Amino acid sequence: MQRNYNHTTIVTIEKVIDETPTVRTLVFSDDVMPSVLPGQFAMVWIPGINELPMSVMISDESGKAAFTVRKHGVASTGLFNVKVGQQIGIRGPYGNSFDLKEGKLLLVGGGTGLVPMMRLLTHVKHTDDVTVLIGAKSKNEVFFEELANRLLTNNTHKVIVSTDDGSYGEKGFVTDLVEKHLNQTKYDAVYVCGPEIMMYKTVQSAHSRGVFVQASLERMMKCGVGICGSCCMGEDLVCKDGTVFDGEHLSQNKEFGNYHRNKAGILENY
Amino acid sequence: MEPDLTTSIGPIQLNKPVMLASGILGISLDVFNRLYRSGAGAVVTKSLSTEPWEGYPNPTIFSVKGGGWINAVGLSNPGAENFAKMIEPNKDVPIIVSLVGSIPEDFEKMIQQFENCKVAAYELNLSCPHVAKVGLEVGDDPELVKKIVSTVKNSTNVPVIAKVGLGTTHYLNTVGTAIESGIDAITAINTVRAMAIDVETQRPILSNKFGGLSGTPIKPIALRCVYEISSKYDIPIIGCGGISTWEDAVEFFLAGASAIQLGSAIGDNWIDVFDEINTGILQYMEKKNYSKIKEMVGLAKKL
Repeated sequence: MQRNYNHTTIVTIEKVIDETPTVRTLVFSDDVMPSVLPGQFAMVWIPGINELPMSVMISDESGKAAFTVRKHGVASTGLFNVKVGQQIGIRGPYGNSFDLKEGKLLLVGGGTGLVPMMRLLTHVKHTDDVTVLIGAKSKNEVFFEELANRLLTNNTHKVIVSTDDGSYGEKGFVTDLVEKHLNQTKYDAVYVCGPEIMMYKTVQSAHSRGVFVQASLERMMKCGVGICGSCCMGEDLVCKDGTVFDGEHLSQNKEFGNYHRNKAGILENY
Repeated sequence: MEPDLTTSIGPIQLNKPVMLASGILGISLDVFNRLYRSGAGAVVTKSLSTEPWEGYPNPTIFSVKGGGWINAVGLSNPGAENFAKMIEPNKDVPIIVSLVGSIPEDFEKMIQQFENCKVAAYELNLSCPHVAKVGLEVGDDPELVKKIVSTVKNSTNVPVIAKVGLGTTHYLNTVGTAIESGIDAITAINTVRAMAIDVETQRPILSNKFGGLSGTPIKPIALRCVYEISSKYDIPIIGCGGISTWEDAVEFFLAGASAIQLGSAIGDNWIDVFDEINTGILQYMEKKNYSKIKEMVGLAKKL
């Protein structure tokens, strides 16, 4: 019987990979999650603690998928602390996915926003010329650089890291690198996922030059299925209409890059 | 005469009989406008309280294997004052403001905060099954229902609806009390108190343990309640509970409802569901030669 994506499935964590001191990847076996589309997410239940939306990470092994989580709040710290052998619940996949163009592609990721970018790399064509920009605050927060290079072995590609403090790679904000690359090269598409301000600037840079750009957005989510309304951004519901939105659409949305809603639904500035 | 979808629920006039139920998608005016463009005759807001509420931690919703949802969002809302400011620019959308509170003064205070807003009606949530000291706990107390309804009726000229559900006081008695206290209409029913336990991890799934069951499993129960209310009382009724198709909507009209509300169906079929149901109702009216919704309201009771 085909699985109803709204029903919670219990999976067991088989491997935990420390990516940085604050970021871990938890690997599990499942029938559905290994083949979700880039940009799609799952609602992840940590029994007794919380449930949160997570982009689904790829795994090297077939039949497996993962979640890459940075410890931050109650829910993400709860997931970060899950040990091998522990069970978590998953439902989904939910949401839409990136519209994959061909040619010269620019992928921009910050922190765990790199997760959908890594999955996107498994969908690029061998003829695509791919540039990946990874933004981090400092050297010890850089991860997935080697993975990105490995996934692009058969492509013409570049993986460039920037750190805000210059402790690794190029010094400065990744959005400055985006500007530089967009000035030098005519890209066929730009894809971005990371902190909202990073996405906002990347979308602006690309859209103002008429370059196709998409961003995978994050908002507070409770239901994940278009009922509770927590993730609304202007008239868009990130869980149902997104998480992936076109730059053209985002440029019309007055909340993107400016506000998000807290648990009570009150608008707060970024 | 060409059929049209206009309907009246006592003093409330709507262009279309299908509304957004309270608790669903209701936190931004932009979303209300989108729902209105998509065919909603009115939108009912999340239940607003005097102060902002964060609600319960996740998991707050669970999809039942036999169909339907159990939710315990916990009435998260930005508070009446913030919400009133947000909807102040509204011109077009019939907005029904849902309110929760523990004492009459809570409701009185909140209604004052909506003074500068265009409000089509207030809906008093007397039936949320999963938050203490409000909702069903209020609805189950006839004296409190009497005081709240009369206080609200004295504080506003805007029509007032009471939303009832299945609590420990029989909902028919709550409806009777609300009518005696001057209520203009009844919404029936709210979600039904329920729970889910995960057999692998052997614990309740929702953080609040208990929630409210909504969706197709409660439709026959809600339909029965509407039929019973309309058989016993002469009061305009809004049907709510598990409606997901135009046939469901028509069933509620035949049982005595003048309009209906949708919630869970949006999670299953997304926003297009408003237009689909409106179109289905209109085609049914053409086939049966009705020009107005009211011609079919309560017909099932005559047979």
